[in-house]
Amino acid sequence: MLIYLPIAEVSVNAFLLLGLGGAVGLLSGLFGVGGGFLMTPLLIFIGIPPAVAVATEANQIVASSLSGALAHWRRRTVDIRMGLVLLAGGLVGTVVGVQLFKQLREMGQVELLVSLCYVVFLGAVGGLMFVESVMAIRRSRRGPPAPHRPKRTWVHALPFRMRFRASNLYISVIPPVLIGFLVGLLAAIMGVGGGFIMVPAMIYLLGMPTSVVVGTSLFQIMFVTGAATLLHATQNYTVDAILALLLLVGGVIGAQFGARLGTRLKAEQLRVLLAGMVLIVCAKLAYDLVATPGELYSLASAQ
Amino acid sequence: MRRAARLVALALAATGAFAPAAAATEEVVAALSRNRVALTTTFSGLELFVFGAIKRVAPPVDAALDIIVAVEGPTRPVLVRRKARTLGVWANDEAVTIDEAPSFYAVASTGPLSEILSSTADLRHRIGIDTQVRGVDLGPEGAAREAFHDAVIRLRRRAGLYLEASGGVEVTEGALFTARFALPANLVEGEYRARVFLLHDREVADLYVDSIAVSKEGLERWLYSLSREAPLLYGLLSIVVALAAGWAASETFRLMRR
Repeated sequence: MLIYLPIAEVSVNAFLLLGLGGAVGLLSGLFGVGGGFLMTPLLIFIGIPPAVAVATEANQIVASSLSGALAHWRRRTVDIRMGLVLLAGGLVGTVVGVQLFKQLREMGQVELLVSLCYVVFLGAVGGLMFVESVMAIRRSRRGPPAPHRPKRTWVHALPFRMRFRASNLYISVIPPVLIGFLVGLLAAIMGVGGGFIMVPAMIYLLGMPTSVVVGTSLFQIMFVTGAATLLHATQNYTVDAILALLLLVGGVIGAQFGARLGTRLKAEQLRVLLAGMVLIVCAKLAYDLVATPGELYSLASAQ
Repeated sequence: MRRAARLVALALAATGAFAPAAAATEEVVAALSRNRVALTTTFSGLELFVFGAIKRVAPPVDAALDIIVAVEGPTRPVLVRRKARTLGVWANDEAVTIDEAPSFYAVASTGPLSEILSSTADLRHRIGIDTQVRGVDLGPEGAAREAFHDAVIRLRRRAGLYLEASGGVEVTEGALFTARFALPANLVEGEYRARVFLLHDREVADLYVDSIAVSKEGLERWLYSLSREAPLLYGLLSIVVALAAGWAASETFRLMRR
């Protein structure tokens, strides 16, 4: 069934969108990731204009992070103070990101920016994840790993310290604000939640306890992607509500199945699979950037 | 509308656009299968029929008779970008604005345009796709310019927005004719114009003009205009709808699992 998307101004099969939402939702439930970094490139591959794909995906993430954030909220595994500090940086990052996006869109270079960001981040994250999970599989064959102890790093030597009770930390606000800023920038430019950057940064850089990391990052992601949605809607007019709704419905259902399937599979092997998938998407985007395109020309409406 | 069309035809006749001998004896009248198209959420394109007749006050003239039917969408300027390799990566480089390019153009005829239509008549009435796309601005000259012009036609053809069907008009008994067009799903809103040309010996003998109003409707129209006129409200609404849908879907699933 073809459905006309009012903002994207293309007709797409509704079942394809539901299926895509379902498939990415399945993966995100399976791996416990947001899925934005897979969805945005897939939307671009099926012919949704990149600017619309990014903005709409931000809209979808607002909703998909809600249920996770609520669950963590009930379990009191959200460090609200840390979340707010991350959010402060995130909002500034989003404003900067959307402005940059707007400028480059007018210059006709936004596609390039989005692709380049994806190639860099997917390549780095996929590569690291692949190496790390292969090593984890090897370690698990040898025996239990040594417990991880938070070390004192340069992060603990910076000024403007603040006490974060829920995380049991007394550190400078500069690193979390910077991390938040980067994540906000990525949310605006790539249409991702940014959990794949924030979670490792919170654990390894800030030394937060793993128990509050996911809840806190979901808390921040919900508000940052909300801000990104609003800014894209008012600055670029690129949020497609119908597209977001279809992806969301598929995504929520897929995520439920994924979460149940995930409990039956081994974590390290799952991560190798996810890393492989991320690297494939990265390779496809990189190939499209470098290979001589079949069509050199493209049309845009002239203002 | 028909009256207006007649007036246009008369005006053209007065300026000598028609072969004078034929204009007096033959007229073309036509009707469209529809004069309104609503772009709703589930719009997936439609078939447009144009049918008509050649009205004669005298016995048929002894000349080659042909019919051309052209349907065109609203004309807007279009920005054409060309990619070039920079630092190993293909990126948009040069851009040219083509001032006039119809968002949709379909032309059906009783034979190949080059055979049934003289080039001066083609230029005067802008019938062929080539004559519809025009760029008047500055920019690269000569061959480079041509390439940008051709790119518009090529890309729109591939998207099913520019169509040419020589032999797409069927004439029965030398007086009745029909043509059908497949309008694609990705139509642009606006006033579309259908022109029916009666040709004698490669010159335009008569012209009939009608119009089709294409507009987004229902939810489409509402969402689109809200997103442009009240973007903040639209953004908030998108978030609220997404949140509600996400929450409802996960609650439903939770209930189903019990």
